[in-house]
Amino acid sequence: MTFEQNKLPCSYFTEKKSLLLENGTSIDELTVAYESYGKLNKNKTNAIIVCHALSGDQFVASKNPITEKDGWWDRMVGPGKPIDTDKYFIICANVLGGCIGSTGPTSINPNTNEAYGLSFPVITISDMVNAQLRLINNFGIEKLLAVIGGSMGGMQVLEWAASYPEKLFSAIPIATSSRHTAQNIAFHELGRQAIMADPEWSGGNYIKLGTSPTKGLSIARMTAHVTYLSEASLTKKFGRRLQDKEEVSFGFDADFQIESYLRHQGLTFVDRFDANSYLYITRAMDYFDLEKTHGKTLTEIFEKTKTRFLIASFTGDWLYPPSENLMIVRALSAGGVDVSFVNIESDKGHDAFLLDEPEFDGAMRGFLDSVSKEVNI
Amino acid sequence: MNNKRIDLELITSLVDKKIRVLDVGCGNGELLQSLKTKNDVIGQGLELKQERVNQCVEKGLSAIQGDADKDLSLYPDQSFDCVILSQTIQATGDPKLILKELIRIGKKAIVSIPNFGYWKVRLSLGINGRMPRTKKLIYNWYDTPNIHLCTILDFINLCNELNIQIEKTITLSSNNNKSYNGLPNKLSNLFSEEAIFLIKS
Repeated sequence: MTFEQNKLPCSYFTEKKSLLLENGTSIDELTVAYESYGKLNKNKTNAIIVCHALSGDQFVASKNPITEKDGWWDRMVGPGKPIDTDKYFIICANVLGGCIGSTGPTSINPNTNEAYGLSFPVITISDMVNAQLRLINNFGIEKLLAVIGGSMGGMQVLEWAASYPEKLFSAIPIATSSRHTAQNIAFHELGRQAIMADPEWSGGNYIKLGTSPTKGLSIARMTAHVTYLSEASLTKKFGRRLQDKEEVSFGFDADFQIESYLRHQGLTFVDRFDANSYLYITRAMDYFDLEKTHGKTLTEIFEKTKTRFLIASFTGDWLYPPSENLMIVRALSAGGVDVSFVNIESDKGHDAFLLDEPEFDGAMRGFLDSVSKEVNI
Repeated sequence: MNNKRIDLELITSLVDKKIRVLDVGCGNGELLQSLKTKNDVIGQGLELKQERVNQCVEKGLSAIQGDADKDLSLYPDQSFDCVILSQTIQATGDPKLILKELIRIGKKAIVSIPNFGYWKVRLSLGINGRMPRTKKLIYNWYDTPNIHLCTILDFINLCNELNIQIEKTITLSSNNNKSYNGLPNKLSNLFSEEAIFLIKS
């Protein structure tokens, strides 16, 4: 599916000014697809960027036009909610390299008039942040009240804070890490190999050739989806229960409910995601290593920054576990940075940050309230 | 006013306005909240129990989960104007090291202690032959977190040994609080339930 040809109902920002990328190349024309909520105040001090995760999109709090489901963080963002759209102006943009309207491998390369495919440059988390910076510059926003994001969104938050501290009053990285670990890279590699092993991937040229690597992409999604859950949540939800049958079939159909669930997750994912985009975005996450990119220790990167931090992790998250988040907290404390850290008791795995965790909501609301008081909103 | 409130108010009275404060063992943020409202400080809390940290953040206070015994070394030299350790030093593993850390991190530090030299405590052990339990020392010997209790004199001695200056002392007894520039009256080791020290290197 190529979303570029079939523009989704949301806002677009396009700039014919080249964006220099971390790998040394550049993109000549940048499009950022985004959604915004609430009203930007007169002094432009109430703007918040919400950064989405790997498979997320700009529809954070509005109905997703592809899946027709509620926004992915509808419970957190909205009128009267912790990230309150009555108070704040909230922007959520599809990342650079994405496939929901922002420039990415499905976009048409203005120089060739064909979809980029694998000729799209390998982008990084800091490239994603630089694309967002273009967008807020276009709004004339000098300083964001907060940048908030979980998982890959959290990596963008850290990159924002590391590269543009003067542009942030506060930063809220959630369930994230300052660099991808070997285990993180390993799971992504499984997904990428699944996509590239699908003959319909056609060396990345499936758009031109009219094929569709749905098998590969859905297996990639199935693998990744398991890493977002936990043993406890899988046991609670599925146990060893069978799917519409009394006995096992002694075959390879989806006997167990968990199999059927994963297959469903894989199949629905291909309707809303592009295989090449999946390769590019997982690569950007694998390359993420804040200390290496900035050539300094975490403490040196953030030393004496005025940006206030709230870091949150979840006890049942084994993908970006509390220890990874705590490492950032310790580095910030050592740098004399104003930092808060909540570790939320939850057995729901990595996805807990998207789910109903009242204690987390309380921390988010309390922190944003206190930052907005300091900024006089 | 209960004891905790009095303690909190007295500590607040020792803290200058608009300074950077680290509250070690900040609990659910009661003291930080009071310092923020009354003294307009920039406060940061360190607390062992995550649940209490979450309560602090919900109130809009900055706090992280951490252990006074292990995590003070994270903070840079003189990174706070004042570091507060309220009713906690007796529960730490290495009070001597903690004391050194407090004045390394803070330009000043405020330490409050329950006084084990208080006459009721002496009476309990001396006459009754039982481990003391008072309003300040509420635990049984087998479940107390207070593993390093001391008297006012002990604390002063340790400060001397470490070349730490005691700038002010406030002694508390059930109905009489006294403030001293420098060291307290000799008798306070017998008649005070608690003492608050403002110290610096």
